[in-house]
Amino acid sequence: MNGLSTSIWRGLPQAGLAAIIAIGLAMLAPDQGYYLNILMQASTYAIAVVGLVVVLGYCGQISIAQAAFFGIGAYGVAIGTVDYGLNFFVAMLIAVGVSGVFGLILGLGSLRLGGHYLAMVSISFQQILTLVLTNWIEFTHGPDGIRNIPRPRFFGLSLQGGNAFLALCLVAMVLVALFAWRLKATKLGRAMQAVRDNDLAAATSGIDVFGTKVIAFGISAVLGAIGGGLFAGGFGYISPDQFSFAESIVLLTMALLGGVQSPFGALIGTMLLIILPETLRFLKQVYLAVYGAAVILIMVFLPDGLWGFIDDRIRRNARAITLPAPKLPLLSQTGQMGTEKVLEVADLAKHFGGLKAVDGVSFAVRRGSVHALIGPNGSGKSTFINVVTGLYVATAGKISFAGQDITTLSPHQRNRRGLARTFQNIRVFRGMTVLENVMIGAERDGNDVANAPAEVLTRALAALDFVDMRADAHRMVGELSYGHQRYVEIARALAGSPDLLLLDEPAAGLNMTEKVELGNLLKRLKGHGLTILIVDHDMNLVEQVADHITVLNFGRRIADGAPGDVLRHPDVIAAYLGEPRHEVA
Amino acid sequence: MSNFLQLLFNGLGIGAIYALVSLGFVLLIRAASVVNFGQGEFSMLGAYLLVVFFNIFGINYYVSMALSIVIMAGFGVIFAYTTYWPLRFRGGLPVIISTIGASIFLENLVLVLYGPSSVQIDGLFDADGIQIGDVFLATQYLSIIVIATILVVLQYLVFEKTLLGKKLQATSQDKEMASLLGIPVVFMILITFAYSSAMGGLAGMLVAPLLFVSVNMAGIIALKAFAANIIGGYGSIPGAILGGLALGVIETMGASYISVPYKDAFAFAMLLLFLMVRPQGLFGEKISEKA
Repeated sequence: MNGLSTSIWRGLPQAGLAAIIAIGLAMLAPDQGYYLNILMQASTYAIAVVGLVVVLGYCGQISIAQAAFFGIGAYGVAIGTVDYGLNFFVAMLIAVGVSGVFGLILGLGSLRLGGHYLAMVSISFQQILTLVLTNWIEFTHGPDGIRNIPRPRFFGLSLQGGNAFLALCLVAMVLVALFAWRLKATKLGRAMQAVRDNDLAAATSGIDVFGTKVIAFGISAVLGAIGGGLFAGGFGYISPDQFSFAESIVLLTMALLGGVQSPFGALIGTMLLIILPETLRFLKQVYLAVYGAAVILIMVFLPDGLWGFIDDRIRRNARAITLPAPKLPLLSQTGQMGTEKVLEVADLAKHFGGLKAVDGVSFAVRRGSVHALIGPNGSGKSTFINVVTGLYVATAGKISFAGQDITTLSPHQRNRRGLARTFQNIRVFRGMTVLENVMIGAERDGNDVANAPAEVLTRALAALDFVDMRADAHRMVGELSYGHQRYVEIARALAGSPDLLLLDEPAAGLNMTEKVELGNLLKRLKGHGLTILIVDHDMNLVEQVADHITVLNFGRRIADGAPGDVLRHPDVIAAYLGEPRHEVA
Repeated sequence: MSNFLQLLFNGLGIGAIYALVSLGFVLLIRAASVVNFGQGEFSMLGAYLLVVFFNIFGINYYVSMALSIVIMAGFGVIFAYTTYWPLRFRGGLPVIISTIGASIFLENLVLVLYGPSSVQIDGLFDADGIQIGDVFLATQYLSIIVIATILVVLQYLVFEKTLLGKKLQATSQDKEMASLLGIPVVFMILITFAYSSAMGGLAGMLVAPLLFVSVNMAGIIALKAFAANIIGGYGSIPGAILGGLALGVIETMGASYISVPYKDAFAFAMLLLFLMVRPQGLFGEKISEKA
């Protein structure tokens, strides 16, 4: 969280400047109810839409309840000031707190649910809130709504006037947008994007996937409530139908139209969808139908929204960024080479129903060695790796890592202790640049540079240097070839200075040249003394690098020892080539 | 007790509607992995077509229904081509949002064409219903239950006993493999959209005499039908039916015994409860991603 606060505060001068410009613009706005109302609506909506950018754009979690959080903010301010005589900002603070708590609770739903389930949870929440607002008349004033919501004073400065209150809304909007913009480049922001792009890889890169989602929901709900609270003050009257499911859809559309990846997109989308229909009043009758059709057209033709379109143009012209090139010690291994057991599994088992995919396997990986795990297809190698890294829960047995029992830890906790891995079917964060991918590896909690943003950057660059990929640092990882994506995955693991690197079939899908390069890379890693557990089919590669081989077949260990001995072992030969026919005498 | 039986009957009637709409959801989920947030608008359109043919053109009620169903099937194909087809390779979320867009579009198109006033329409039969003891079986509810049952049985027979059904199942399970086996996958998906739209439209026509026909008559029904689908087990056909019936009964009972204003909340509260306790639903299977 340190990384978050330092990066956010660094944006303070810009924020101040932007706020002053916002106040100036607010003062320039024509002092007429009509224009002021439109601008107040746009700015307060925009704050809520930025909330959607965080939860949907950054973290990839669908929430169709933003109007509900907007409503909690609005009703909190209205009930607090009108019924309880609270100060505007105190009421707002309480409302934002309540909304944040509801956001966190909604986020808890993401523990086991994703996609449409989560959409349904948020819709349910939205519907229930609308019913409560309409029917709990003693508290919410029911369908009639609440009138005469007062505007506040701010350090003795009256915000009663339309322009003054608009200034408050615009300043809040600008600050919220800048916050979200800075957030994207922080550790937390990168974690959210990693969760969005690939939650399994995020977990095995040390990111608490569930916690990150919950925080994203919380932030989104807080921003929704800030927008709603200001909205209540701006208009002085609220009623339940302003915060219905339909409004949630409107907010979602604003985010998507503008571009859900950026708060600037949110601002553009909101302004457009509020101001445009006002200028196109002759369309009023068919406006919403056009609106619905526009949503489909946006999804088809502008998948990343208007800002996505602009951003893409900008990035294409900004490819060649020169980076500082410090040479850094990437691999600093400590501990007793050759004797200390980094990883030790004892009687490890994983059963799927009646299928014993891993059936009582025991062996140890010693520090500084390259240990290969081989076996025919279906022998349980991948399952084994998934159990060791925590993606599967072990049915029985014990896993010790650096002398500690990690059998029941979650994947990100294991990674934070120094256990890194790559995947057979490459798992990179496709919506991010090569450099950002590797930075996520470098800033895993437990790494020496984890909480120093500047050092995270240099460590990531060093890792990219090691795999000879620095030239591609600012490219989107999805643009790279399969082989290069594999290097990004390896660099991501290396940047976290792991004690043990698990490579799950790294040669899979590579062509001959790439396989040779991979072999050389592994030899260099071995030269640095990194402990590696490699699973692969490519015997040539395994023979080149392995100090020790363990062979699995049908989930059981059938051989374990030095490469020469193991590869001549009759059981191993039988497993790979089939049993010799017994001659009939 | 008689009150309970009466509520049970009414609950099953409205539950049968949820089940029908929910089936439409499930078929699309299975065939094309599409979560269609425009499913409710299928029902709304079906009801409006019936209004146009019967109330305005004065065509015979049953002929009007048949005509509407045929048009809805055609509409399903158009819906597939505009809302699903261009986005079919881009994953779940873009399609969900595009169907939300379609739902806004359709609702407001009808609003522009027809205006906001709601319309009353006759039921399937003139008779009001049958009195058995203290329980009154309203004709429309009875018809809904009977038609829903027939449709479910028919659908089961088509899916399990015909070659077309097997092809549809194959398409839903593995599109690539199905296409390698020479099954026209695109055609199968279009059939599913057509059927889903026609069935949604029929559900709208059946529920129309009970609710009045209005632009937003079906939005809440569709949401509850989707809730029923998750309660029953995402993508499960028996789950959709049982989930729908259960939801109808619980909501009717809840409104009567607990609170009328919060009638609509019971479905969503039950959904949240299920999602927390048993997210795979009654008939669903746990799915875990392979690393």
